[in-house]
Amino acid sequence: MTENARKIRVLVAKPGLDGHDRGAKVVARALRDAGMEVVYTGLRQTPEMIASAALQEDVDCIGLSILSGAHNAIVPRVMELLRAAGMNDVLVVVGGIVPPEDAAMLSREGVGAVFPPGSSLEAITAYIRSHVRPAPAAP
Amino acid sequence: MKSPTAPTGTPPAANPPRRCTTLSGVPVEALYTAASLPPDFDFDRDVGRPGEPPYVRGIHPTMYRERLWTMRQFSGFASPEQTNERYRYLLSQGQTGLSVAFDLPTLMGYDSDHAMSEGEVGKCGVAIDSLEDMETLFRGIPLAEITTSMTINSPAAAIWAMFLVAAEKQGADWTRLSGTLQNDILKEYIAQKEFLFPPAPSMRLVVDTIEFGAQQAPRFNPVSISGYHIREAGSTALQELAFTLRDGMEYVEWSLRRGLAVDDFAPRLSFFFNAHSDFFEEIAKYRAARKLWRAVMTARYGAKNPRSTALRFHTQTAGVSLTAQQPYINVARVALQALAAVLGGTQSLHTNSLDEALALPTEAAATIALRTQQIIAHETGVTNTVDPLGGSYFLESMTLDMERGAREYFDRIDALGGMVAAVEKGFPQREIADAAYRYQQALETGEKVMVGVNAFVAEEAALPTLYIDESVRRRQSEKLRALRRRRDAAAAERALDALRRAAEGDANTMPALLDCVRAYCTLGEITAALRAVFGAYEEAAVM
Repeated sequence: MTENARKIRVLVAKPGLDGHDRGAKVVARALRDAGMEVVYTGLRQTPEMIASAALQEDVDCIGLSILSGAHNAIVPRVMELLRAAGMNDVLVVVGGIVPPEDAAMLSREGVGAVFPPGSSLEAITAYIRSHVRPAPAAP
Repeated sequence: MKSPTAPTGTPPAANPPRRCTTLSGVPVEALYTAASLPPDFDFDRDVGRPGEPPYVRGIHPTMYRERLWTMRQFSGFASPEQTNERYRYLLSQGQTGLSVAFDLPTLMGYDSDHAMSEGEVGKCGVAIDSLEDMETLFRGIPLAEITTSMTINSPAAAIWAMFLVAAEKQGADWTRLSGTLQNDILKEYIAQKEFLFPPAPSMRLVVDTIEFGAQQAPRFNPVSISGYHIREAGSTALQELAFTLRDGMEYVEWSLRRGLAVDDFAPRLSFFFNAHSDFFEEIAKYRAARKLWRAVMTARYGAKNPRSTALRFHTQTAGVSLTAQQPYINVARVALQALAAVLGGTQSLHTNSLDEALALPTEAAATIALRTQQIIAHETGVTNTVDPLGGSYFLESMTLDMERGAREYFDRIDALGGMVAAVEKGFPQREIADAAYRYQQALETGEKVMVGVNAFVAEEAALPTLYIDESVRRRQSEKLRALRRRRDAAAAERALDALRRAAEGDANTMPALLDCVRAYCTLGEITAALRAVFGAYEEAAVM
């Protein structure tokens, strides 16, 4: 990254009722340490809150952390709201416990990648770096 | 299973000598001898005998020779009907106690038909919306004859009221009921984050259950002071020990301020620890916990009854240590962790299932987990003598280090004004988040090894797992509609009004909660009534 290039902006969000935020916080710190700008939403965000934060913060990537099994209800709704707000080019990745058949469904919904337990921070960081939309030219 | 013929990732080099640390990052010497212990170390005084203060070697003189630990598998999924079937199966297989896992809507005090419950009903545990569900959950299971543990925190008082009324309807006398309510709200703010109300009213509800239990259900443990979740959130073993015991001290102090006498409630406080993968570090943690609790209960709170000072605990093997990769190897991890808990003198034990990192356990996986405990109990011989590791230079030295480190944390938390104040300042939360990040970085660099994740990696076919679909939410919602039609609506409204008034005043809320339950108010209605008085808590998002 050149000095002038805009930093990759990532929204790390924790939707649903689940409060297990170890993974979300560790990933958020790792992305920040890797030079990205990270906004962490905190707990119990609705899809509406996530889409609106993504728009407001003008992020390039949204990372959703879901360990409760509620991904099938939550993720498609987030994707729908992003499309409705014209944020089709925002990269969405999911971290958590997602059965393979559900991961395939999330991929059809437009999710870029699902990172299961045990994923390395390096792999997550590298994936986001190589898959976000081309950063706008620096002023 | 494919054998990992081509291991990737590099296990730590043997040459030059590696830096040896525990899982928590504490340096370990090459050899421990008598010289590793302090000059004034006195085995009889500092370690003593099992069943006698300072209880380092266990709280019973004979431990497992006389009575094994309770094999208590945490279980619950989908509807109360389906979980009731699983309980009957587990009991038929030799399990000796029940432990209820509730789903997230129940843990957060929402009814199954609430908008926030969408996608979550029955997923992480069983859905309980009203007394009706609680009765179904324990149908055909005599609550007076078995001990039941319930993992519920913010809505614990309401869920306990449902349990007590369900037992009453079975004809059970409350004074004969044994079991445990988790009801540890402090570790929710610290680690697991399932909170509803601000700390002060939440602590008041906990003290309400402690007081009510002492008077009306004296064999029930109203609080299980839990380090498990603190550890799962990424703490070190020492932080788990220190924060958990300091939480326990906070409950004692709030109960004393209510005007309760320490020996009237302290014998019923129980603990819940994690059994992680570093064998000796875990055993040292349990031994230090007993010693510390005995010391603070006598010196700081003036307890006279020995039962107020003897720390009893449940253990669960570390969910976070289990891998989605090569899941069958989790059986070996769980067996070793369970052995540490037994050698550490646990009173009851949950062994995780091999599919822990993937889903709630299948019946087959849950059976292997239970059998693992039975093998330790009946085949390994470790139950033949009490505290077989006592006197090990390494273990005794580590126990002393744990004790010292925990006391340092007590001082820091006292200086912040106690645990509620420390939580409000985010102190334990930050300590844990830092430790979690350090551990993850150690995994990234290969300094710490997780087999199958950063070393000895192999491709493997997927495991069959339990899948819970959305039909549970539909069925629970239908039951709720029928219940609301069938019940006496005016009586339910009166009970909720009375609960709001009790919450506004200083009286114990348990009688009003019991009346709500008897009037078939739903869990969501009860927590909404309390929220109207107490307000809702939101933590500041900190990375």
